[in-house]
Amino acid sequence: MNRRFHNGILLISACLIVTACGMEPWVKPYERAHLADPIMSGERNPVADAYMRHVYQAREGARGAEGGGGGGCGCN
Amino acid sequence: MVAIKSVLVKLTTLGSIIALCHPVHGSAGTLPEERADALYHSYDGGGVKVDGPSVLVRKNLGNSTSVYGNYYVDHVSSASIDVVTQGSPYQEEREEKSVGVNYLKGDVTMNLAYTHSAESDYTANSANFKISQDMFGDLSTISLGYARGWDTVQKNGQPDFSESVSRNNYQLELSQILTKNALLGVSFEAVTDEGYLNNPYRSARYLDPSKPLGYSFEPEIYPRTHTSSAVTVQARYYLPYRAALHGEFRVYGDSWGVKAHNAQIDYTHPAGNGWTFELRYRMYSQTAADFYSDLFPRLSSQNFLARDKELSTMTNHTAGVGVSYEFTQRAWRYIDKGSLNLYYDHIEFDYADYRDISVADGAGDEPLYQFSADVIRLYLSLWY
Repeated sequence: MNRRFHNGILLISACLIVTACGMEPWVKPYERAHLADPIMSGERNPVADAYMRHVYQAREGARGAEGGGGGGCGCN
Repeated sequence: MVAIKSVLVKLTTLGSIIALCHPVHGSAGTLPEERADALYHSYDGGGVKVDGPSVLVRKNLGNSTSVYGNYYVDHVSSASIDVVTQGSPYQEEREEKSVGVNYLKGDVTMNLAYTHSAESDYTANSANFKISQDMFGDLSTISLGYARGWDTVQKNGQPDFSESVSRNNYQLELSQILTKNALLGVSFEAVTDEGYLNNPYRSARYLDPSKPLGYSFEPEIYPRTHTSSAVTVQARYYLPYRAALHGEFRVYGDSWGVKAHNAQIDYTHPAGNGWTFELRYRMYSQTAADFYSDLFPRLSSQNFLARDKELSTMTNHTAGVGVSYEFTQRAWRYIDKGSLNLYYDHIEFDYADYRDISVADGAGDEPLYQFSADVIRLYLSLWY
């Protein structure tokens, strides 16, 4: 299951990237004021968010793709 | 390991595709903000209390380099269900130190970091490297990451017990501007562990009619390898009255038979005069590991044995609120602005095949375990 899953993800990612190679930016830099607003940032609370990831990692079986740096947390 | 090496080769191939089709243009990425955060954190639930500080300081060196350091402490006081039924309540401290550097060159950002975590019976080290590339007029950012971890597992009261664990994490992330108001992110991470993956204090339970309670305990035995994959899709949307909506969904599977998914939605509402309010809901669900059982039929009934509630069939739900007050303070010489933030989360955990054996009710007929936890985060952030 894992091998097919990995292949699928990589194939989709590669197709998206290759397709996007020929595209012009459809949102111009001067149209990105809303996206640049701090409330849209995924890294607005780096310390507080890292702590919540740790809370869940120590109590759940799942791990990975949480947005942190990865690596061992010593919480087994 | 072969599967992970195969993934690594494919990630490298994907990186080559990115490099080949990347148009050359002059726009630039950005370094993280220069800021310092001092957090007090507290977790209280299921007989476990954990609290302590976390301090992060980030500083730029010139226009292309940013360095940071993080100091984090957990003061743990544990009388959890595992500890109450199989051992004695204990107190301990875990200390974690991280340092890192971000380097920006054109559209490429590189991040190198090292983390060391130490407690009386567990030492964890990890080093990670991540490279991010802005592409297509900065509409897209793609990142490749690799982390290597090496841990030492010890057991209090047994000075000669020492085992090791090695970890490898492979990460692929894509961040995409969809519209003037919407962002999409997709991340994939594969993790492989090898070594002593048990908790050395925990035991499996098996039926034993010779005992008054009808069961006995034996040491857990885990496989010495563990490989997992997780994919997260997340989106952020800017609402017309300057508020933000964030949603994310993750699916997870591993070589131990655990399948999990979680979903989260956050709403951020700036209320004016520096005040911002947040509401959050998260749900998580997982199936049990193949070698998990609350009550095995007999002693040594199979090769691998686990009764960790983290590997049982479980769900949890989190509801959270947060409030932040941001202030501009030009009277302070080096500080541009600051914010004071308070977040509270309540988590309800429900286990479908992990029983509360602190209640004597016949082996296998004890009530299913459940508990709730309160999490507080109080922190001050300063930008300079």
